[in-house]
Amino acid sequence: MLIKKPDDIKSSEITDKRLYQSRREFMGITARSLGAVAAGMVAPGLLMASNEAEAIATAKLGGLRKSAFSTSETLTPYRDVTSYNNFYEFGTDKYSPAQLAGTLNPQPWTITVEGEVKHKKTYDIDALLKLAPLEERIYRLRCVEGWSMVIPWAGFPLSELITQVEPNGNAKFVEFVSLHDPIQMPGQRSNVLDWPYVEGLRMDEAMHPLAILAVGLYGEVLPNQNGAPVRLVTPWKYGFKNAKSIVKIRFTSTPTTSSWMKTNPNEYGFFANVNPTVDHPRWSQARERRIGEFLKRDTLMFNGYAEQVAHLYNGMDLRKYF
Amino acid sequence: MKYFSQLKAALFLAGLLPLLRLGWYGYSGQLGANPIEFITRSLGTWTLVLLLITLSITPLRKLSGWPWLIKLRRMAGLFAFFYALLHFITYIWLDQFFDLNAIIKDVIKRPFITIGFAAFILLIPLAITSTNAMMKRLGGKRWQQLHRLVYLSAIFAVVHYWWLVKKDITQPLIYAVILTALLGYRVLKQSLAAK
Repeated sequence: MLIKKPDDIKSSEITDKRLYQSRREFMGITARSLGAVAAGMVAPGLLMASNEAEAIATAKLGGLRKSAFSTSETLTPYRDVTSYNNFYEFGTDKYSPAQLAGTLNPQPWTITVEGEVKHKKTYDIDALLKLAPLEERIYRLRCVEGWSMVIPWAGFPLSELITQVEPNGNAKFVEFVSLHDPIQMPGQRSNVLDWPYVEGLRMDEAMHPLAILAVGLYGEVLPNQNGAPVRLVTPWKYGFKNAKSIVKIRFTSTPTTSSWMKTNPNEYGFFANVNPTVDHPRWSQARERRIGEFLKRDTLMFNGYAEQVAHLYNGMDLRKYF
Repeated sequence: MKYFSQLKAALFLAGLLPLLRLGWYGYSGQLGANPIEFITRSLGTWTLVLLLITLSITPLRKLSGWPWLIKLRRMAGLFAFFYALLHFITYIWLDQFFDLNAIIKDVIKRPFITIGFAAFILLIPLAITSTNAMMKRLGGKRWQQLHRLVYLSAIFAVVHYWWLVKKDITQPLIYAVILTALLGYRVLKQSLAAK
């Protein structure tokens, strides 16, 4: 449990500002945290103090461009997208990030670009937000655990950033490193994963127009529990590939060993492409439950993005490179 | 014990609370984004809790010297079975929607489902033979031998939980430690008695 020293509670003015912005939002979050407390009762050891008021982010992102990559499927409600999260930095229970992520401070924030790249540089988050026009991308999200959502992200293609920093000839992979700060991320006080959270893409995957850096959802700034201020979204891969709260992007000549690969190399691979024909060793990946739906639906190859991305994996044994 | 029947009635009502709670959450929309997962996990958790409560009655009776505790054991055990049954029904109905093909595949291919299924199956004969009449028919000794299956079922249930967790084993570990203590007590007692 997070025990705050008086010195740490300097975010009070931020809370107040956000609080008066939308009282209704606050009530909503309170109701949500009741649900989370309920979840805590099921798993008593996971019940922690909530800091819900601080988890609110309501700043609007204006003028989002539409994208041809967006799906027209029914959106998963905002409430579900922002209360059911796998973000182990804030606990392993799916309801705890929404409760605990108030300690994350996404402003100020910098993202350092390093490694095999011509322009090593550090972006301020405000500069990153202006790097390219923001688009709305309505994507399916398929979690490796067997559930899925449809989320209207706001962001820009990762390729825009990559092109700007000019990787050199040695750059074959891109690594994404999330924030490592147990003060802001109380879940990191447990070594459930090897912190910081690290993920990676092959360069052609990273350059693919579907891969985006998301800075918002539902037309609003990304809520903390969804990976504020900036996260990766690769919709044809399982959700865990999408590193949240990114502080470092590194270009490398060898593939990254991601946090999940380190934890369990037999269960989590580098590619982690959604594939209904290759089961997770402990559960089937053939079907999924779309959040909000009763009956399970069939999982689609590459999460339904086969037309766009299948060519990236031509000739590869996807059973071996799972 | 003076107020035993009142105590028993109160505990019976308490045993229904986890179910009533789920009903209330369902009614008031508090089951979260994934209600089926919530219900399944909640029922599974309460099955485990009640199994451990059932297994703790004999040691508690010995340690406390309260003989009346034994008279609560059947109810605790039947509640454990009740929640196991609901957990199982949730799985085949809400989770798999009676897709027999998928269920069979699941039971065969997924170790955590296999062992959970086994844990449930083992409880069925115990529930059936829980009545006084059945106890008489089997005879005390045979009945007792049969009902030692609960040890295996509890072990399977904890392993079921352990294997299903993606990474954070804190919770299954808590159950494993308690179960180890409860079974360890019996092993210790047996070996002391043998001397």
